[in-house]
Amino acid sequence: MKSKKDKLDDLAAASAGRSLSGEAFRRMARSPVAITGAVITGLFVLLAIFAPLIAPKDPYERSMQGSVQLGKGIIPGPMPGYPLGVDDFGRDLLSRLLVGAQQTLVVGVMATLIGLAAGILIGGTAGAVGGWVDTVLMRFVDVLLSVPSLLLAISVAALAAKPNQWTVIIAVSIVTVPVFARLLRGAMLAQRSSDHVLAATSLGVKRRTIVLRHMLPNALGPVIVQATLTLATSIIEAASLSFLGLGDPDPSRAEWGLMLGNASSKFLDIRPELAYYPAIAIIIVALGFTLLGESMREALDPKNRR
Amino acid sequence: MLQTRVARTRRIALIGLAGALAVSMTACATSDRDAGGGGGTGGTMVFGTVGNPKMFDPAFTDEGETYRVTRQILDTLVQNKAGTAELEPSLAEKWAPSNDGKTWTFNLKQGVKFSDGTVFDAAAVCANFDRWYNMKGAAAQSQMIYYGDVFEGFAHNEGKATGDPVYKSCEAKDPATAVLNLTKAKGAFPAAFTLPAFAMQSPTAMKKYDADKVTQSGDSFTYSDYAYKYVSGTGPFKLEGWDQGKGEITMVRNDQSAVKAKLDKLIFKVIPDENARKQALKAGDIQGYDYPAPADYGLLRNDKNQVLIRPSFSVLYLGINQKNNPKLADVRVRQALAYGVNRAQFSQSKLAEGSEPATEFVPKAIAGYTDDVTKYPYDPAKAKDLLAQAGASNLTLKFYYPTEVTRPYMPNPADTFTAISEDLRKIGVTIEPVAKPWNGGYKDDVQQAGKQDIHLLGWTGDYNDAGNFVGTFFGRKKTEFGFDNADLFKALGDADAAAAGEAHTKAYQEANKKIMEYVPAVPVAYPTSALVVSEKVKGITPSPLTDERFSTATVN
Amino acid sequence: MLRFIVRRLLQAIPTLLILSILVFAWLRLLPGGPAGALLGDKATPEKIADLNRVLGLDQPIFVQYFKFLGRILTGDFGSSLASGQPVLSEIGFALPATIELSVGALIIAVGLGIPFGYLAARFRAGILDNAVIIVTLVGVAVPVFFLGYFLQDNFAELLGLPSSGRQSSGLDATHVTGFAVLDGVLTQEWDAAWDAIEHLILPAIALATIPLAVIVRITRASVLDVLNEDFIRTAQSKGLRQPTIRRRHVLRNALLPVATTIGLQTGLLLGGAVLTEKVFNIRGIGYLLAEGIERRDYPRLQALILLGAVVYVVVNMLVDISYGIIDPRVRVR
Repeated sequence: MKSKKDKLDDLAAASAGRSLSGEAFRRMARSPVAITGAVITGLFVLLAIFAPLIAPKDPYERSMQGSVQLGKGIIPGPMPGYPLGVDDFGRDLLSRLLVGAQQTLVVGVMATLIGLAAGILIGGTAGAVGGWVDTVLMRFVDVLLSVPSLLLAISVAALAAKPNQWTVIIAVSIVTVPVFARLLRGAMLAQRSSDHVLAATSLGVKRRTIVLRHMLPNALGPVIVQATLTLATSIIEAASLSFLGLGDPDPSRAEWGLMLGNASSKFLDIRPELAYYPAIAIIIVALGFTLLGESMREALDPKNRR
Repeated sequence: MLQTRVARTRRIALIGLAGALAVSMTACATSDRDAGGGGGTGGTMVFGTVGNPKMFDPAFTDEGETYRVTRQILDTLVQNKAGTAELEPSLAEKWAPSNDGKTWTFNLKQGVKFSDGTVFDAAAVCANFDRWYNMKGAAAQSQMIYYGDVFEGFAHNEGKATGDPVYKSCEAKDPATAVLNLTKAKGAFPAAFTLPAFAMQSPTAMKKYDADKVTQSGDSFTYSDYAYKYVSGTGPFKLEGWDQGKGEITMVRNDQSAVKAKLDKLIFKVIPDENARKQALKAGDIQGYDYPAPADYGLLRNDKNQVLIRPSFSVLYLGINQKNNPKLADVRVRQALAYGVNRAQFSQSKLAEGSEPATEFVPKAIAGYTDDVTKYPYDPAKAKDLLAQAGASNLTLKFYYPTEVTRPYMPNPADTFTAISEDLRKIGVTIEPVAKPWNGGYKDDVQQAGKQDIHLLGWTGDYNDAGNFVGTFFGRKKTEFGFDNADLFKALGDADAAAAGEAHTKAYQEANKKIMEYVPAVPVAYPTSALVVSEKVKGITPSPLTDERFSTATVN
Repeated sequence: MLRFIVRRLLQAIPTLLILSILVFAWLRLLPGGPAGALLGDKATPEKIADLNRVLGLDQPIFVQYFKFLGRILTGDFGSSLASGQPVLSEIGFALPATIELSVGALIIAVGLGIPFGYLAARFRAGILDNAVIIVTLVGVAVPVFFLGYFLQDNFAELLGLPSSGRQSSGLDATHVTGFAVLDGVLTQEWDAAWDAIEHLILPAIALATIPLAVIVRITRASVLDVLNEDFIRTAQSKGLRQPTIRRRHVLRNALLPVATTIGLQTGLLLGGAVLTEKVFNIRGIGYLLAEGIERRDYPRLQALILLGAVVYVVVNMLVDISYGIIDPRVRVR
């Protein structure tokens, strides 16, 4: 039975001990899929960093509020100075989309990083210590893994007594914790029996040093692959939470998921662009990260090393 | 028309077979597919609603979705004239108070029958009043929200929220005359007699199906079969069935009723998602629905639908808690907030057509509204000035707003928060936003703990009484607002005690003037809502009280 | 063998007990409470206190827990705060809707996924392969709820398909099992069955995208693996005809991992169902869950989580037991 956890273990075992450099990297550089993914991702990150400089207007300034009349179904479309029109608060849509790249990247990256950190802690501990600690931690992780990820995120978000922009990030990151934990543990286990760790052990190197110096760095390959894929799903899941009303309670923040969640139920008929643009942006970026991650996974897969 | 194609016996055999196969716990609610319509020609109307009712006995709830149904199947003694909050006769042809306001005499319509065939008369009226007054059980009493509010107490109070009863007795002088004796006069009457919670139900049916039985079930309540299936009144429709799986409540014309419904059948279909309601109307699956999104009015009209806008009976306000932040106790600071919120722009850009910026705490349709109050038109310069005078130029305010909720008076709290907080930033106020789920702490924090500096709330009236608005808000010391103004409390108390009619109205107008000088909070808007029906539907009048009656509706 | 089964059953009890405590504690920790939810706008502190007393919420927390445990052990999960209906009957109505929707989505995912996955592998690196890969990747990148609205807004009218609910309102269909399509077939009310199917098409498509993408990918990878296996080469060298090889050897062997994936995806569909059911107004389990969270419907959430956990534990147990039957070594551990 090839469940999610087994797949993670496979990924961990397959690529453990090999860094992303060298052969794998060369293979990726030849793959059009990888290049497409890398280009999209690269552009997105650049955009996210420089967005505030590029954005023609302040994305929070309700400069055209006066010409929005929701009661009459009027949200102005493109006009001079506002190439994509404005949103329901009279804010420049183009600027919001640009700055949205930044906010979206923040959500994706923060969610992934938090999940990664917790995952490393749990999975690393389990892998390094072993024994009953491993059993207990992994039992817990497996239960979390078996819950549909969106349901888990919903439950966590619903727990928030004071919802704010971190609610979504934390809810989405918790979903990724078991994934990273399982992955890291698998990689560490594969490492434990590998030659260089055995050699280090026999040389009398301290256990802590072995774990930190030898095992962890070598386990990073699969973790990076998974992190790249996780970025994509985090962004999509954050959008879903926003749609369910469990997202950032302040809808003014320019973040694609929020923009999409707000607009798709309310303005699809009068100004579909308010939903379509962020949706397209999310799709492209998620696609970029997925392509990159998948091609890395494939490059690391020993089966392709022929 | 759908025809029965399967011989009855064969179908029963199949049902038996399928029942054995059934995986689910679904009850076998077998409905007959035979005839469609019983001779009438009014047709069927399907109307999309937003939520499930809990049951159909209006005495035990304050929920709009229950009332939506009971307004079609039950009648009250007095009712609101269609489309207004003015009173008109219903089961009572005439009603009059005694001079001291403690006795109300109702002259009843004759020849009316409940849908179970029993006669409506003065004895039935008194049986209803006695039923409420003598209700037993803490569970039942705790759910009689309007009775508790209006009549203040029961024969035996089982909770601490109720006190001395206003109700004393009811006499059936003759079959056509019921006399209601109260222990004190109350400004809420006669308007409160229009409340759906006080609709007349068949005493025979209530006794037969044990209507008073309310049982606790976990963290909630269940009711007797009466409340789910057998509610029996004099209304133009009668309840036929409730299909939970499909979320449909079906009513058919009540041929016993004095007012004859034009439709043969009326179905309320529950579709909580606004967009899904719109799609259902487009597809012709329903002929109308409640609460279209304000932004869609234009498009709906383009598709030849009629958008029926309800006159506003709601007020949205920006609450101010003087206790939590001493700076807010300075009237100049509160005035500054009032000047600093661009209410006109907010109403126009974010609220539904027909919504207006608010100048006081009662909407225009209420007796007691007056144009002659201190007004605070948008003036950021003046607002800054006032803040400077009060030494509050660098004011920081904790702004509470709710999530996971929409209310008729607050269609979109997060948007409202955004608009108002940006306005306040412009006059130099620093905003510390605090979002809380409506049922997950917001009301507790704001109304009971008073943790906020400013907050969003509002009210939708239940009947035409200004006390139902300003009396509830500012009639006594409340944690929500954290002020103590004896003068204001007295003015509102006097207004409530003023005799019904002209004096009552005048007293509330005076109170409203006082309120707007004191600015205990900032009235923001009078939001409206609407219902939409297809071009085929005629005869529905939007009501400020969401009291739309479908008896006059036709579909062709 | 019997001892093994009994042991697994006994092991499940503490798991469920701990879970019941967690669920109970979680819901009590949430701010707000049933009283506020029941009373709505008219709640005053006095009324809330009264109601809390009536509901026994003023009692010590462990007393409340044992009462709660006693109730659920007798099958009484209480009534929903949102709808007032007994929670179990609500779930009874909702379950068929979700199952129907999931089956519809799976039919689409499997029906399209396996052929396309197979073709992509067979014509590896060709136009079809690349097209399939791109389409599935895009499919995974589209937020499900947006896809739902997109289909609703752009295709419902175009294709003449209904876009909300499970059945047309005017339709007076006979209920037998609660499964709308099945009911129509059983009672031979073909119009009703067709009507129900029409209602399923768009939501099933929206829900199917992710499992479809996964199934395509797994099928493709698995077919590629099998094509590289020795026995295929053997078969080829034996001179078997290509179609025979494909049918007899490639597909049959490649479908095993696919079947497992389908099983796993079925469980995951519930996540997507929350979104799809909301968009398309289908009163299924996901819908109950989303509404329950939004309205803090404690009794309903308790029931959903606990019943979900029971199903999870039981399924896991069955899997373990079946492994135990297949592979006696498992029994020893």
